[in-house]
This record gives sequence, C-alpha cells and structure tokens, in this order.
Amino acid sequence: MLGLGADRLWADMNRLLAFLFHQGVLDEQFLQLQQLQDESSPNFVSEVVNIYFHESEKLLRNLRSLLMDRELLDYKKMGIHVNQLMGSSSSIGANRVRNVCVAFRAATDQNNRAGCLRALEMLEHEYCYLKNKLHELFQIEQERALAAGVRYPLQN
Amino acid sequence: MTVETRADEPRGQFPVGMRVLAVDDDPTCLLVLETLLRRCQYHVTTTNQAITALKMLRENKNKFDLVISDVHMPDMDGFKLLELVGLEMDLPVIMLSANGDTKLVMKGISHGACDYLLKPVRIEELKNIWQHVIRRKKFDPKEKNSTCNQDKPQSGTTNNGLSSAGAGSTDLNAKLNKKRKDQDDEDDDEQEHGHDNDDPSTQKKPRVVWSVELHRKFVAAVNQLGIDKAVPKKILDLMNVEKLSRENVASHLQKYRLYLKRISCVANQQANMVAALGSADASYLRVGSLGGMKHLQPLGASGQFQNNVYRSLPYSGMIGRLNTPAGLGVHGLPSSGILQLGHAQNLNNSSGNSMNDPLKFRSSIAHVNQNQNGGSLQGMPVSVGLDHLQPNKAVSSVQGPTTGFDDKTMSLISNKLSDPRAGVGSSCSRPPLMGIASNGLLLEPNSQGSQGGRGYENLTSVASQHSEFSLPLMDNHNGRCNDNWPSAVQSSGMPTNSYPTRDCLHGGNPSGASSITSLSTQSHDSLADMQSHGPIFTNNNTTPNLAYQGWDDHSLDSLIPVNGGLGASGLHRNLDYSFGNPLEMKHEGFIKSAQDPSLKSNQGYIMDPHKAQRSRISSNNLGSLEDLVSAMMKQEQDFICDDFTGGTSM
Repeated sequence: MLGLGADRLWADMNRLLAFLFHQGVLDEQFLQLQQLQDESSPNFVSEVVNIYFHESEKLLRNLRSLLMDRELLDYKKMGIHVNQLMGSSSSIGANRVRNVCVAFRAATDQNNRAGCLRALEMLEHEYCYLKNKLHELFQIEQERALAAGVRYPLQN
Repeated sequence: MTVETRADEPRGQFPVGMRVLAVDDDPTCLLVLETLLRRCQYHVTTTNQAITALKMLRENKNKFDLVISDVHMPDMDGFKLLELVGLEMDLPVIMLSANGDTKLVMKGISHGACDYLLKPVRIEELKNIWQHVIRRKKFDPKEKNSTCNQDKPQSGTTNNGLSSAGAGSTDLNAKLNKKRKDQDDEDDDEQEHGHDNDDPSTQKKPRVVWSVELHRKFVAAVNQLGIDKAVPKKILDLMNVEKLSRENVASHLQKYRLYLKRISCVANQQANMVAALGSADASYLRVGSLGGMKHLQPLGASGQFQNNVYRSLPYSGMIGRLNTPAGLGVHGLPSSGILQLGHAQNLNNSSGNSMNDPLKFRSSIAHVNQNQNGGSLQGMPVSVGLDHLQPNKAVSSVQGPTTGFDDKTMSLISNKLSDPRAGVGSSCSRPPLMGIASNGLLLEPNSQGSQGGRGYENLTSVASQHSEFSLPLMDNHNGRCNDNWPSAVQSSGMPTNSYPTRDCLHGGNPSGASSITSLSTQSHDSLADMQSHGPIFTNNNTTPNLAYQGWDDHSLDSLIPVNGGLGASGLHRNLDYSFGNPLEMKHEGFIKSAQDPSLKSNQGYIMDPHKAQRSRISSNNLGSLEDLVSAMMKQEQDFICDDFTGGTSM
C-alpha cells in the first residue's frame, strides 16, 4: 500500500519529469534508459547518470582549461572533448546539453574562439541545470521509495 | 534473409546469444550500449580500450560474432581497429559515433564497416545488427573460416573475400547510414532489411576468396605468361585450381592490373616526376594490379585495356606524378612507359618518397603491363580506388593520361587504342582514375596513417597506404594535369580535392570531363562499394587504376619478378610478401617511413632475386623501379605469410 506521502512524491516526480521533457532538458532517450531499468538492474538510471556526471565534469574542466589558454587554442582537442560530451549526453537523453555541444563543435571547427567561449559558458550552465534537476528527481524517487517502504523502479 | 538453422551456426537460436564485443572509451555510452545489447539478448563483452579489444579478439578468433566500436578513441583510431579486425578476424564491425558527418561515415564504410551508427544508439537499431553477421557468412561461403566452420575449397584465407563480401552490403549500409544521420528510426530498420533486396546481385553471389595462396598462383601464372599476354583463360589453365572460373580470374586480373597501375601511379605522384608516359603506364598498371589483387577479382577486361590504358597516358609530363597514368594511357607504348618511368623516377627521387623507386619500377612495369594495365585500368579503377584510397592521389597525379581516360570507361580506352596518344593523350585517360583515386585518398588520409597495424593484410590497408601516397602525388600532379583531367575530375563533384587532374582534363578531353564526373560519382559509390568491385569498374576504371599505381607498383613488382621464373614457390612467396609488406608497412606508417627504407632494401633485394623476372617485365632500364616494387611486394607478402594476425602486438 502506498502511503499518501509516497503518492504525492510519485506525483511530484512525474510532474518534474514532464516538466523536464517539456523544456527539452531531457528527451526520449532518457525514457529508454528508464525502460532498461528493471529488477535485474534496479538502479540503472542513477548509475548511468552518475557516471555521466563524473565524466562530464572532467570534460568540462578540460574544456575550460583549454579555452583559458591565452596563447594557442587547441581546437582539435577541444573538438574531441566536445564530441565525447555530445555522445554521452545524447546517450542519456540530455537534450539541451547535446544541442549546445553541437554549437560548440561548430565553433571549434571554425576556430572561433569567441564562439567557443560562449558555447562553453552555455554548456556549463545547461549542465548545472541538468544536474540539479536530475538530483532532484532522484531525491524524490528515493523519498517515495522510502515512504512506500519499498524501492520501486522508476516507471513512466 | 531469414536465419535458418545454419550448419555452421553454433548457436541454434541466433541471433539470441550472438556474441558482441563493444568498445568505447566513454563509460557512459559503454554502459548504455551494454545494457541495450543485453536487452536484445546478445552476449556482451565490453572494454574501453581498443588495444584490449584487439587482444581479446586475437586470442580466440571464434569468440565473437560482431564488434561494435566507437570511432574516436584515445588509444587507437576506430578506423584502424576496424581495419585490423576486418583483416585479421574477418568479423563484421559496426562503427559508432556522435559525429555523423558524411565524410566520417564514408570513411567508415570504405574501411569496411558493416554499419555506422550514430549516438544515441537506439535499441531498434541494435535489434538488427545480427543481420550483418549473417550477411557476411552467407555471401562469403568460401572465405569464412574464422567465424564459421565452412570449408573453403580454394582459399584458406578469409579476409580477402570477406572484405569484398562486406562491400556489397556496405554500399547499402552507406545509404542507410546516411539516412541514419537523420535519426530516422523506422526507416533505418526497414532499410536494413532492404539491403538484401536492394542489391541482390552483389549479395547473393558467393565470392571467390583470393587467398594468399591463390593469389600467388595467379601471379605466378601471370608472370609466366607475361603480363601483356596474360589472358584469363590461360591463367586459369596455368593455375589449375578447381572451382575457379574464368570470370573470377578475369576480374582478379583486372584488379591486379589496376593495382599495378596504381602502384606506379603512386610512385609517380610522389616523385612529382614527369616520366615518360609510355613506359610508366605499362609498369604502373601492372603494379597497380598486383597491389590491387585483393580487389582484382573483377578484373577481366585487362586485355582490352592494355591498349587503352597506355594510350591514355601519352602524357609524359604526368608521368612523374602518375606513373600509373602512364600505364593507363600507354598501352602498347612500352617505350613511352619507360620514358615515363624515367621521369617518374626523377620526380620520385626528388620527393624522396619511397615511391620514387616504385616509379622506376613502374615504368618498367608499365612497360610490361601496358597490355594488362589497359584492361585493368578500366575495370580496376573502381575497386582499386576504393581499396586504396591513395590511389586516388595517384590518379590525380596521373592526370596526364590522355583524354582518352576521361571517359573512364573502357570505351574510352578502346577509343584510345585507336588513337595512339602516345605522348600526350595518355595522361588524360588517367584522370578519371585519378579523380576517383584522389577521392579515395582524400577521404581517408587518416586511415592510412592509422594503418600501422600490422595485421593489416587487406587491400584496404594497402589502399589506405596508397592513399597516403596518392595524396602527395596528387599535389604534385596538380600542376601537371594536362588540362583534360582535372576539369573532368572536378566536375564529377567528387569530394576529394584530388582532382588535380582537373587541369589536365580541361585541355584534352571535354568528354573526358564528363566521364570523369561520372567516374567521380562512381568513385563515391565505388568507395563505398570498393568491395563489390563489380559495377565500378566501368566508369571508374581510369581512376582506380591510377590509384593502384601507387601501391600496386610495389607489390606488382615483387609479383612480377616472381613469375619471371624464380620458381613458382619462390616467386609466389615473394609476391605474397611484397603484397603483405607494403600493406603492413603502411600500417605502421610504412608508407612514409617504410617507403624510404623499404625502397632501399627493396632495391637491394629486388636486384638480385628479381633480376630474372625483371628482365621479363621490364625490358627497359627501369629495373630499379621494378625491383623496388617487387621488393615491396615481397615484403608485403612476407608480412602476409608470416602471420595473418599481423603479429602486431597491439
């Protein structure tokens, strides 16, 4: 039996998810991740997302340090990092982050320093936003599970 | 195609339980991919390092059915891994990337990828990847020996055939991939299913796998008969191999000629020399064809081409660049070929590339190959070009070849025949090839570099190597183009800049331009279809041939000498080696570094053992070039013979 608290939390979670989808922060790929979560891998989504966070922060740091180089910008290397970030973001359904990566990659292709800087700023912003929202999502889910006394897999 | 219980299928429930190896340096993607694959009921092994993946694959070739690999990896380029796996294990490889740029996709397909998926990977797409395994097995009955237990009557090797078999589907895949870029789920799935339907002719024919052994016999037979006189029927008789049809030999011969041409072309290009077109062409063609052995299957028209090829390369100036072009155009102009070689050599020498020697060799070869090359040029170009991206460069440099080549089709060549261009025209003929070749080269400049992998025995690797050659060659040639080619080439719209021949084209052959264009387009397809060889030849003939020249010359050289009379076994050995080595060498950056040292060594080597053969092939004084080529070929063969796994530790 789900307690009222659990129900409310469940509703909160769904509301947040709907909001994020609507905003384009997440896309259907995230749904696919959720579908992959089942009894055999009950924490799949949070596992993947945590790995993503860990890797992305490394990439973002690298990008930031590359761009801070006053002398010579290594566009090629930046492009590689951006490409990887784009791949992982799209794999988890981080739509907005991925879109900014596309713009970032275009800027590196054109050796556009200002463009890269702008893109990086935006990227960092989007990434922070995504991270906060996903944390929130996981938190709600955990509370819901606690409230319900069992840990339910994330369902749509 | 349905998956019936196949005798060679160890798991009766295929595709359930299909063993997949997933390689991606990004842990997020790797985990998602692994989970998705598990959801499809495949048996998944993952690694984030290409080197580890190779090790796993090498330790047991039958351990996996399919490999999925990311394109951008820190320890090894995905394309290189792709080539290595294709060469050594003959497994289907699917590329994966966040970057769906057409050029990259093209590169992947040309390197032999079965498919090119874009991230994020969708489960619907993964549900269909098993088709690649079936497709490969089904269409290469003779070759497969690594993943299935079929017995191959003729050849024990698998790589050759597999790549060709893969080619049939890669083209379709390329098309699919393009669509995929648009992230079209449903279409993708349907298209994949449509592969078989769309290209039944390519897919349903069992391919003859030209194993090293078989190729050796072939080369021995060709050398014995004389490259000029080698006709499929006689070669077939000499080879005395069962289940080999005249058509198989014919197509193989065509490729061989292209390869030879390409080799000589490459040599020329690099050297920037303008050897006499006449002689160069001959040798070039031959070399090209040798090198392009793998893809020589569709050869067959060689006889006719000889004339055309040579004719088309009347352009002596071009020779320097193209060595190959000379061969192409100069069919029947042995002397011109030689002249070309001479120039080529000069050019080569100047450039300091290893190719220089090949050029010389080429000229001699061209001389010999004239007849053969002519034919091969036409047919081969396509395949050659595809495999050897480099050739493109060579081709471009060849530009010289007469306008005749512009038409690129054999028809042009035949026309050329009647029109002895001896001097100038020949270069034009090449242009088409060059254009194509260049494209090939341009597309994959990186691939070549990455080829260093030792196990790279496929021609593709050679191709890539060639491309390396061709690239420099092309640059050189740009200046040289007669006018006929370059325009033609460019007009084709081939992406490669390799159409230096453009300039050449303009002058000579307006018709050629159009032909080249067609070639170019074909080249594109060819590139994708390199493996399929078949259709491409007609148009791309000219171009591919050129491509071969660069590389093939080397191999051809060794091959040719072998036939000369060293003795079948000995010769074959050499030939094999020469092929192998260049390939191998290329892998490891051979092209650049190896060329020089190899040239030296080759020369030394060639001088002695191949002298006898040399005489046969190169009545000219181009012996050095031949030697070089043979040496290179020998090395290749050595490489091949040594260990197909390439022994590269990786």
